[in-house]
Amino acid sequence: MADQDKVTMRVWRGDPEGGEFVDYVMPAVEGEVVLDVIHRIQADPAPDLACRWNCKAGKCGSCSAEINGLPRLLCMTRMDTLPEGAPVTVAPMKTFPIIRDLVTDVSFNYEVAKTIPAFEPMPEPEGGYRMAQIDVERGQEFRKCIECFMCQNVCHVIRDHDDNKPKYAGPRFFIRFAELEMHPLDVNDRRELAHDKGLGMCNITKCCTEVCPEHIKITDNGIIPMKERVVDARYDPVAWLGRKILGRSKKTAVEAEESSASLEAEEVEGASAAG
Amino acid sequence: MADYQTHDYDVVVIGAGGAGLRAAIEAHDRGLRTAVVCKSLLGKAHTVMAEGGMAAAMGNVWKEDNWQVHFRDTMRGGKMLNNWRMAQIHAQEAPDRVYELERWGALFDRTEDGRISQRDFGGHRYARLAHVGDRTGLELIRTLQQKVVSLGIDVFMECKVLRLLSDGEGRVSGAVGYMRPTGDMVLFTAKATVLATGSIGKSWKYTSNSWESVGDGHAMAIWAGADVIDMECVQFHPTGMVWPLSVRGILVTEGVRGDGGVLRNSEGSRFMFNYVAPMFRAETAETEEEADAWYDDHINNRRTPDLLPRDEVARAINSEVKAGRGTPHGGVYLDIASRRTPEYIRRRLPSMYHQFMELAGVDITAEAMEVGPTCHYMMGGVRVDAETQAATVPGLFAAGEVAGGMHGSNRLGGNSLSDLIVFGRRAGLGAADFAEGRSGTPAVDTAEVDAVIDEAFAPFGREDGYNPYDVQAELQDTMQSLVGIIRNGPELEEALTKLEDLRQRTAKVQVTGGQAYNPGWNLATDLPSMLTTSIAVAQGALNRKESRGGHTREDYPGPDPEMGKVNFVQHQTVERGYLAPIAIGPEPLPQMPAELQALFEEGN
Repeated sequence: MADQDKVTMRVWRGDPEGGEFVDYVMPAVEGEVVLDVIHRIQADPAPDLACRWNCKAGKCGSCSAEINGLPRLLCMTRMDTLPEGAPVTVAPMKTFPIIRDLVTDVSFNYEVAKTIPAFEPMPEPEGGYRMAQIDVERGQEFRKCIECFMCQNVCHVIRDHDDNKPKYAGPRFFIRFAELEMHPLDVNDRRELAHDKGLGMCNITKCCTEVCPEHIKITDNGIIPMKERVVDARYDPVAWLGRKILGRSKKTAVEAEESSASLEAEEVEGASAAG
Repeated sequence: MADYQTHDYDVVVIGAGGAGLRAAIEAHDRGLRTAVVCKSLLGKAHTVMAEGGMAAAMGNVWKEDNWQVHFRDTMRGGKMLNNWRMAQIHAQEAPDRVYELERWGALFDRTEDGRISQRDFGGHRYARLAHVGDRTGLELIRTLQQKVVSLGIDVFMECKVLRLLSDGEGRVSGAVGYMRPTGDMVLFTAKATVLATGSIGKSWKYTSNSWESVGDGHAMAIWAGADVIDMECVQFHPTGMVWPLSVRGILVTEGVRGDGGVLRNSEGSRFMFNYVAPMFRAETAETEEEADAWYDDHINNRRTPDLLPRDEVARAINSEVKAGRGTPHGGVYLDIASRRTPEYIRRRLPSMYHQFMELAGVDITAEAMEVGPTCHYMMGGVRVDAETQAATVPGLFAAGEVAGGMHGSNRLGGNSLSDLIVFGRRAGLGAADFAEGRSGTPAVDTAEVDAVIDEAFAPFGREDGYNPYDVQAELQDTMQSLVGIIRNGPELEEALTKLEDLRQRTAKVQVTGGQAYNPGWNLATDLPSMLTTSIAVAQGALNRKESRGGHTREDYPGPDPEMGKVNFVQHQTVERGYLAPIAIGPEPLPQMPAELQALFEEGN
C-alpha cells in the first residue's frame, strides 16, 4: 500500500458553511505524535490549517479532536499506535460548532461553568483547616480534569441531540458537582442543582469515562455517587424540609459570591451539620 | 480608518495564567471594572504546566522554616542579582497566598496531621513546596479560574494583543489586538493595564514552553518605552525529556529529585557530587550515604547535590554529555525506579508516569528516564516597583514571569507559582490604586491604532514574501545554537547579526488564507515579539561579561563582583517598535538594608 516512509493525514478542512477531508502525504518521523504531523503540515503546505493546542504534554486539554473516529488528544496520540499504512483521519469534535478546520466553539462549556455555585468553605477554625489526605483524594481525582471536553463531546445526550444542551451540564460538570459535594470544606448543597442540570438524563453508558485522558472514573466515582446523593436528598423528607427552609441549593456562581457575606450564620449551621 | 470594536475598562489584565487571574481578582474586589484578555481559552495558560509546587515558608513539615530562610535561599539561588525587596515580599507573603487558595477551594496534599504538606525542591533549605501530586499548576489555575468565573469578571478568550497604546501624555491607555476565531480587531481602553503574559521560551528550539510564550509582554513593554532588566538571565531547566525528538524539551519535574530520584551518567555514577560549587559546599552532602539519609533527616545530614539550584545542575549535565558520558540520545539518566517503590512513584508523580509511558514508552517505575537541559524560564523582564509592580511607564504594571527582578539570575523551583500569586495580587492592587486616581476614559491616538492594525494585516497583501514558519524555525535554531545554555562573545555577535537579518525578513513575511483562526497569520504577528525579546537577550548576554546563574559565558567563566552589583537595563527611547534599536546600559542594584545583609554574613 502506502510508502513506508510516508504517512497520509486525512484532515477535515472547513468552516461553519461546510468542509471536506483533505489528504496530506507527509514524511513519517520516528516517535512523533499526531500533533507533530499537524504542525509539519502547517509549516508546509497548509500554513492556515487551524488547530488549537498549547502545552503539547497532555496537561492543558486544548488539542482534542477525533482521530480515526475516536476522541483523543492530538498531543498524546503517538503515530506508531495507529494502523500502519492506512490514512490517519483527523476531524474536529462533533458535538461543538465548527470555527474552522479542527477548531470548535466550546463556549457551551464555559457558559455551563458560570451556572455552578461557587465553592463555599465552612468557617476557618483557629490554626487553619485540617483535612486528611484520604478525604482530599476523593476530590483530587476530579480536579485532575484538564477540561479537554472530550467527555462532553462523546456524551450522546448532547452529541446526537443539540436541543438537550440548554438543560444538560454534561459529564465534565457532573464531576465538578461531585468534586464540590465531596470537598471536605464546602457547605453549598448542589444536589438539587445537579438534578436540574440534567444528571437524571445520564444513563450511565460510561462513554465519558472511556475517553477521559486523565483516566478519571467519571461515571463510577462521580456520576453514580451523585445520582445516589440526589435521590437520597429528593426522597428524604427531612432533607426536603431543610431545603425548603434554607432554600440555598440553587444559587448560581455569581449569586453565591454576592450573598456569601450575608451567609455567615448559615455557614456555621452548614458546617456543624457537615461535621 | 480601520474597523474595530472598543471596550472600556478601569483595569485590563493581559494574560490569564496565575498572575493575571490573581491580579484581576484583586482589581475586581476593589469594585473596578476589570477584564482579562488571554491568547488561549481560559484555563489553558502555561501555568497548568507547573508541576512540583509553590514555595512558601509555612513550616508545616519543618518548623525551623521561616521567611528569612526562604528569602536567603531565594537570593543565593539568584546569585544575589535579585531585587532584594521583591524577594523579601515574596518570602513574607507566600504563605498567606497559599492559605488563600485553600479558602478558594484548592485541595493540596496533606501532612499526617492534616495540614498542607510541603515537598523538597532544589535550593530550598527545608521542604517548602505546597503541592498537589505533580500537577500543582493545574490546581492553581483551576482554583483561580473558578474564582474569576464566580465573580463574573469579563474574560476575552483567544485574543492576541498586539500593542499597548499611549494617551499622548506618557501614560499607557490600553491596548489593541484581535480575536483569533474571527480575526476581528479589538481596542481596549484602560486606566491601568497589567501585563501577565509569561515567558519568551518559544524562541528556542528545545523548550518546555508552549506556543504562547513568545514574549508579547516583554516586547510590548519595550515598545511602550518601559525598562526591562536582566534579559540575559534565561533558565535552562536541567531535566527536560530528550527522546523521542518530538517531545524533546518537555519538562520533567524537579519533584522527581525532591522525592528521591538521582542523576547518573552512562557509567552509572552519581556525577553531581563532582559539581558542588564553593558557595554550596558547606550545606551539601559529600557522600551518597549522607545524601540518602538527608531525605528523612534534614537536621543531621546535608542535602543531596542532585538538588543544587537549577543553573548548577544544568551546567553539570551539559559537561557530562560533552565529556562523552551521556545517554544514547544525548542526555543523562534520572533514576527513581531503583530508589522508590512503584506505588510511591505513581502516587507522588502521576503525570510524570503518564507522560513517559504515553510519549516515550518508558515505565519510570522500572527504568531510568533520559533527561537534558531545556529552555524553561525567563528571569529577566519588565522593571517594576517591588511594592506595586508598576513599570517605569505610568499606567503599566507587570506580574509573574514577564516582570524582572524577583529571581535575579536564577529562579529556584517552586518560587514561580508563589511569585504569581504574591505579585499578581500586588499588581492588581497597584493597578487599582492607579486607576482610581485617573478620571475619564483614557485617550487613544486613533492614528496609532490604525497603524498597528495596518501592520498586522500587511502580511496578507504581500507577494513573494517569507514564510513565517521558516523565519521562526531559523530564529529558534539561532537562539538554540548561539544564545543557549553556554555562551561566548563571538557567537553572541554572530547571533545579533543573524537576528538583524531575521528582523528584516519579519517585516516581509507573507501569509495566505483568511483572518479567521489562521495560525500562519497568528505566527506572523508573534514574530515581532520574538525578535525584540531575542535581540534583548543576546544584547544582555553580550554585555554581561561574567557567568552568573542562568547566564554562562565560557569566555568569562566565573562571577565578576563588579558585574554582580548591576542590572543591565534595556529600553527604547524615541524610536519604538521591533525594527527600532534597543539601548542597553548597567545600573546599580537596589541596596539591601543592613539587617537583611546580616542574614548572609552569619554564614548560615
